[in-house]
Amino acid sequence: MEDVFSNFDLVLKAFWLTVQLAFLSGVAAMLLGTLLAAMRVGPVAVLRGVASTYVTLVRNTPLLVMCVFVFVASPNLGLFVDTPFLLKGTIAISLYTAPFVAEAIRSGINAVPVGQAEAARAIGMTFAQNMRHVVLPQAFRATVPPLASTLIAMTKNTSVVAVFGLTEATARMRDFVNDNADDTIAIFLVFALGYIILVELISLAALGLERHWKAAR
Amino acid sequence: MRLTRFKVAAAAVLMASSLAACGDAGDDSVDGIDVDVQENAAEEFDEGTRMRELADSGTIKIGVKYDQPGIGFKGATDDAPVGFDPEIGKILAADLGIAPEDITWVETISANREAFLQKGEVDLVIASYSITDDRRKVVGQAGPYYVTGQQLLVKSDSDIASLEDVKGTEVCSVTGSTSLSNIEKEGATPRPFDTYSECVDQVLNGTVDAMTTDGAILLGYAAEHPDDLKVVVDPFSEERYGVGYSIDSPEMCEWIVETIEDAQEDGAWAEAFEVTLGKSGVDTPEPPEMDACA
Repeated sequence: MEDVFSNFDLVLKAFWLTVQLAFLSGVAAMLLGTLLAAMRVGPVAVLRGVASTYVTLVRNTPLLVMCVFVFVASPNLGLFVDTPFLLKGTIAISLYTAPFVAEAIRSGINAVPVGQAEAARAIGMTFAQNMRHVVLPQAFRATVPPLASTLIAMTKNTSVVAVFGLTEATARMRDFVNDNADDTIAIFLVFALGYIILVELISLAALGLERHWKAAR
Repeated sequence: MRLTRFKVAAAAVLMASSLAACGDAGDDSVDGIDVDVQENAAEEFDEGTRMRELADSGTIKIGVKYDQPGIGFKGATDDAPVGFDPEIGKILAADLGIAPEDITWVETISANREAFLQKGEVDLVIASYSITDDRRKVVGQAGPYYVTGQQLLVKSDSDIASLEDVKGTEVCSVTGSTSLSNIEKEGATPRPFDTYSECVDQVLNGTVDAMTTDGAILLGYAAEHPDDLKVVVDPFSEERYGVGYSIDSPEMCEWIVETIEDAQEDGAWAEAFEVTLGKSGVDTPEPPEMDACA
């Protein structure tokens, strides 16, 4: 156990990488997910088809397989060879998470009474304006709880890249476990605590956002 | 329709390349050495010892690596793993009167070897298992039956020639392995992956600059890609491979040490080396001196 505390900078560095991965992937997944949701509810049939194909395809692919594509198969074909590992991790995790975000947002959009969108269209708003000013602000409010769950799952999912070249929290934990075979449980608990803190921060942020938007209504 | 066909083709190419990545290690089928299976072995051991129990049951579960050519490797279509570690396992099992075909092989990875021994998932671990003081607190380790050291595997045209050259480079090894911590201390960025074969791929396609682990394992991979890969740097650590057993059966230590010492004397050890690690072209070393049991 002393090994963990005397090398606590390594623990913090590893969790910092986990935070970076979660933050970058979260932002990218939110952007891509919102776009996909807009495409799925939008008026263009081709885009609807593309978005729902993507959601079906990716939601049925395990994250591990996604990582094998990005980190192992692609470099063998000459792609992503010089791409930084953090960026590759962000690509894999955000591509995987985006459909879950998209579906959470779509459920929120469906919860907005259809009269709202009709009224917006009646005063001459384009589809983009309609989404941006009328539908999405209301939809996001309804999607905070499912989106928080998706982001929490994603934060824990970052641990998959521990076996794809990134020394984030889980990889560092396995280092410590390997070096201190007699202290396994204590090390697991330290790292579990780290993940709990991260996840609770997201939960609290979601709770705050819900309260804030409730007050604004 | 064209879009769909393109997607299918792209997916097929990706799948094929990732499958190829899995299947290109260890093509030669090693039959291994012939072992003399002891008859009535159970009578050799005292009642109540773990050896007696195993000999009576007629079967033994041995944990080995499945992804290290030369050390312990099992292809997807192979019936049993091949390599120096499984050969040592056969020698030990034969002394208990258990024929090679009655051994239950279990894949152990670096991270689960202690847990498998503690929970009794395996009776022995012979899986490039370096003897360390920390491990000896939770499991028994008899040996060393083989001594190797950490080296680097790089592309043939790599500039890395000495240990100082790794500073600032990206070096691959298995997540949580001692080799990875060692190379991190030398100033390299560690790139943890799940298996050694994935690391070899990362070196071959140029994503990382080198991979590192025990020289014995690297030699096996270098032998598979003699034109593309080479092993560099003098060994900068000493890894003493031991046979892991449950700490609850300390009587196994004496038996393991004696059996392997016998094998070292009658040539079975050297023969096991020649048909496995020796295939990469290295000379058969002098067998190491085994530690005394506590």
